[in-house]
Amino acid sequence: MKRLPLSGVLIPLLSVLVAMFFGGIMIAVQGINPLYTYEVLFETAFLSFDGISVTLAKATPLILSGLAVAICLRAGLFNIGAQGQLISGALASAWAGYYFVGLPTLIHIPLALLFGATFGALVAFIAGALKAYRGVHEVITTIMLNSMVIAIADYLASTPFKEPDQPLTRTPAIQDSARIPDIFGLPFGFFIAIAFSIALWWLLRNTTTGFRIETIGRNRNAGWYAGISVKRVTILSMLVGGSIAGIAGAIETLSITGRFEPAFNAGLGFDGITVALLGRGNPLGVIPAAILIGGMRASGSTVQFKTGVSPEIVDLLLALILFFVTAPLLARLLKRRHENVAITSGWSN
Amino acid sequence: MTNLLEIEKVSKSFGQVKANDEISLEVAPGEIVALLGENGAGKSTLVKSVFGLVKPDSGVIRINGKVIEPGDTASAIANGIGMVHQHFQLVPVMSVTENLILGDEPRKLGVIQMKEARNAAKAISERYGLDVDPDAIIEDLPVGMAQRVEILKALRRDVKLLILDEPTAVLTPQETDELLDVLRNLAKRGVGILFITHKLREVMAVADRVVVLRNGKLVGTTSPKQSGEAQLAQMMVGREVVLRVEKSQAKPAAPALKVTDLQVLDDRKLEAVRGLSLEVRSGEILGVAGVEGNGQRELVEAICGMRNRVGGTVFIEGVELPNLSPRAAHDAGISHIPEDREKHGLVSSYSIADNLILNTFDKAPFAKGWIRNHDAIAKNGITLVASYDIRTPSPNLPASSLSGGNKQKTVVARELSQNKKVVVAAQPTRGVDVGSIEFIHNQLIAARDKGSAILLVSAELDEVLSLSDRIAVIYGGKIVATFDSKSADRAEIGRLMAGSNA
Amino acid sequence: MRLKTRYPLIVGLVLVFAYFYAQNGIVATSVSFSAIQLALPLALAAMVGVMCERTGIVNIGIEGTMLISAFTAFFLGAIFKDTVLGVLVGIFTGSMMGLLLALMAISWKMDQIIAGVILNILAAGLTSFLYRQNYSIAGTLSPIEIPILSDIPIAGAILSFHGPITYFGIFIVVALWFALYKTSWGLRSRAVGEYPSSADTAGVSVIKLRYINVTIAGGIGGLAGAYLSLEAVGIFERGFTAGKGFTALAIMIFGRWNPLGAFAAALFFGLAQAVTSQLMIDEVVEIPQQFINILPYVLTIVILAISAGKVRPPAAEGIPYEKEKA
Repeated sequence: MKRLPLSGVLIPLLSVLVAMFFGGIMIAVQGINPLYTYEVLFETAFLSFDGISVTLAKATPLILSGLAVAICLRAGLFNIGAQGQLISGALASAWAGYYFVGLPTLIHIPLALLFGATFGALVAFIAGALKAYRGVHEVITTIMLNSMVIAIADYLASTPFKEPDQPLTRTPAIQDSARIPDIFGLPFGFFIAIAFSIALWWLLRNTTTGFRIETIGRNRNAGWYAGISVKRVTILSMLVGGSIAGIAGAIETLSITGRFEPAFNAGLGFDGITVALLGRGNPLGVIPAAILIGGMRASGSTVQFKTGVSPEIVDLLLALILFFVTAPLLARLLKRRHENVAITSGWSN
Repeated sequence: MTNLLEIEKVSKSFGQVKANDEISLEVAPGEIVALLGENGAGKSTLVKSVFGLVKPDSGVIRINGKVIEPGDTASAIANGIGMVHQHFQLVPVMSVTENLILGDEPRKLGVIQMKEARNAAKAISERYGLDVDPDAIIEDLPVGMAQRVEILKALRRDVKLLILDEPTAVLTPQETDELLDVLRNLAKRGVGILFITHKLREVMAVADRVVVLRNGKLVGTTSPKQSGEAQLAQMMVGREVVLRVEKSQAKPAAPALKVTDLQVLDDRKLEAVRGLSLEVRSGEILGVAGVEGNGQRELVEAICGMRNRVGGTVFIEGVELPNLSPRAAHDAGISHIPEDREKHGLVSSYSIADNLILNTFDKAPFAKGWIRNHDAIAKNGITLVASYDIRTPSPNLPASSLSGGNKQKTVVARELSQNKKVVVAAQPTRGVDVGSIEFIHNQLIAARDKGSAILLVSAELDEVLSLSDRIAVIYGGKIVATFDSKSADRAEIGRLMAGSNA
Repeated sequence: MRLKTRYPLIVGLVLVFAYFYAQNGIVATSVSFSAIQLALPLALAAMVGVMCERTGIVNIGIEGTMLISAFTAFFLGAIFKDTVLGVLVGIFTGSMMGLLLALMAISWKMDQIIAGVILNILAAGLTSFLYRQNYSIAGTLSPIEIPILSDIPIAGAILSFHGPITYFGIFIVVALWFALYKTSWGLRSRAVGEYPSSADTAGVSVIKLRYINVTIAGGIGGLAGAYLSLEAVGIFERGFTAGKGFTALAIMIFGRWNPLGAFAAALFFGLAQAVTSQLMIDEVVEIPQQFINILPYVLTIVILAISAGKVRPPAAEGIPYEKEKA
């Protein structure tokens, strides 16, 4: 299982550079200097304490949603549903955050996180169970579930859980006791995310559960032969992924947004796909990938203000990064062997 | 006489392996040439080069003196080459007619003239006396019939040279004889025939000339008149062949594996095992002989918990095994050397060491509770690599770096080193080099002598005959006869395998 | 759908329609009319899936193909004030997406699921970056009155007065069905999707056929996108394909990879949506709008869960073709 550490870093790094090159062309076409744009982007994101603080805050949900995708990739599942799981978790934790009054912080925060994890896992469980017992491909179910969760969350925030006496579709603000504080100016959630990365990395490497997940991901049939319950591991991986995505939503609610509002969490789960693949499905690799992308997200509006490039440039860059990191193009140019991640296991079976 | 086919110094490498090394040979019209060699000798690669499925690295191939485009099937077909593949090149869900016309459809403005095609299919099948229903769906046909469709496909295109890649591997002895008749018939009509086999009996029966390959090189050309079976075998293997495995008298004890009235469905939900019963005692090898597709795969998978049993029971030392649980079967004392090592036996991206504990990963000493013990796994890897002669620089390399024989030895090492009560070995030497075959055979005998009950399922009758203490013949999902290996008669087993009641 | 279930289903639909028609003729015809409009993009998108999967390529990038084609069709149609040109641009864009998928899936042998997801994310990224407000087209494609058909009482009101892409789309469905089952192209395509080496050994180029089919299929996806932005509504919004490309995959499976079956399934989806909307407008049932919106998603999952294991997809789909094997 030893891989050249160089190519594990080199290809993702090059993918980012090549994506920025093509993104730069798109910027230049609009008559704006791409080098200046990127300079502003990196300066804003990485070259000041405040900038880094915002970057890490933006990276926090991305690490977690990246992990949610990565752990499933390890089990041979493509969890496109981190978005829906994350929103489910965000709403559940917002509810727990405002509904329970008078709890001590040390109970209220874990409780709200638990709500987030549970409801994220619940959404993922539907996809996992359909995959395990009915053979329905998880890509389709998770995408459908994303849309369903978004619609249902919108309904809940607009009717039963709506903050009374104001026009917006949103829940009441969470209690102060549920607020996750900053530590030394850095968001505390970031450290939770790092802890999850390390824990998952350790789990995959050193536990029998990790071995089961990896085996199913690499060769489902051999896993079955070796006495591993493919169904159980499929559902377990989705549950783990879903609860981590739910925690991502919860941390976002409890430390940044302070309530649930439908437009708040858009895209965080989808960015997780790019983060996971840029991090090569490795729980530790997810961290730098998320910081990089978090930085881009953090500086989007400053870039627009200073250069006039619309912040959606980040969407484009992410798409290009995803393309170059998964396509064997760069590996071939470098004459390195590219390992295609194989996930397709047919539509129905 | 001008030659129909001329192969001149054709070479082809796959990675480090030289599959063909400057091979030259000819086939004249109406001549039957047998291409003889072991698995991995390069026979398939050579004929695939002729048919354009493989592009040779160097060398020239001519048909009637005309050079054919390398690596281009269409050019080969246009020049009158037809091929019957080892794995049938038929679309299972389509009809015989559709398969026959594929790639050369009778059409008007792109629309297929189905009626015309169907009549033509019927006509050609009658002309050669092959008797195939043009409307039958391929997946419903018996193997011998499907092979006739393959031959018809070639004949339909007016072949001058017919290549057959191990055509008899899947046939009963009777079907084989019929096929050999068809081949003689075709040769009489002037068709040149090049056929691959590693079965000497067929070569002796039908070939005009024999070309022997070994390790990618041509080692000699002869004819059945000049050389006897033993000589051919020696050319093929490169040394004297011990046709019998050395083994002591078995000392069978109490029954360890007992299967009663087993019923199992195949992938298409058809009954493949129909009320089968058998018993294997500790310290003996029971060999199951049969033509492939008579329920062997389903039998093995049902015993090992990998396939649903719709009826019947499996007992290990009198204890009934639960259905559909590979884990329970393993825990109850079954080792399983699976038929398909790439699909079931190995995780090719895992290290050899991890593959050696693939189904014991959560047992002591490889795990302490929930935590894996990397030291114990590494130590086990080093020990087994040495004692089972797995040729690798390090057990930490991925299993994908191993050759076929060493992959199989990895599976065998894992399964036999566990000293289970029962060993189920399915096609344990398929696609494996001679050296590894010998080694695996000896390991199976050794496991028997240590007291394991061994159920050997193999499509190679010779393997069953030489390893087994008792032989059970499977046909149509049932055991039709059981013999003591000393009193077993090859011809009679052959008849039983073909379903005759004699 | 097997023959046995097909006819009762049709009879059932006719009876249901007759019942509603007896209740309220105008509403029944208008619901049926809008069912066709809702079904058409789904049907076209499902054709993309059928064409790709029948040759062995899984295409989950239909959503992205439609999105980016709807985008280019709309903006080029708006910039040049030429809606027909817009449609052509949409078809071209779609076929380029098909070509890109072919490149990734066939030549680079990438995992086809990932390749499809890349198409979707690329399309979302590009359209969201390039999107500009304040563009409008000269007008949507105008409905066509079919001469004799429009005079037939009920059928005329339902089947006539659709836009040109609708009629062309129905033609594509029928043509694809005919081509798939009656022509040599169809036989070869299906063989390539089921057992590619059998086609290869018969002298059919698997790679070439897959490239051609996936590219043409992309063009159909482009047409579906152009339908959305130029015929159905006449606007473009970020992400406005709203999962239709994924629902189309369920429709394809429900229709057993058969163009006519998929068309029937699409009509079923369209009808389900049209009926629920109508029920809400009539205030027969009080359902929050959000729950109406998720109907197609729920149907998609339910259909996949029911059909899994009962249907048989093309055997070779998702597997890159390797020619040289020793």
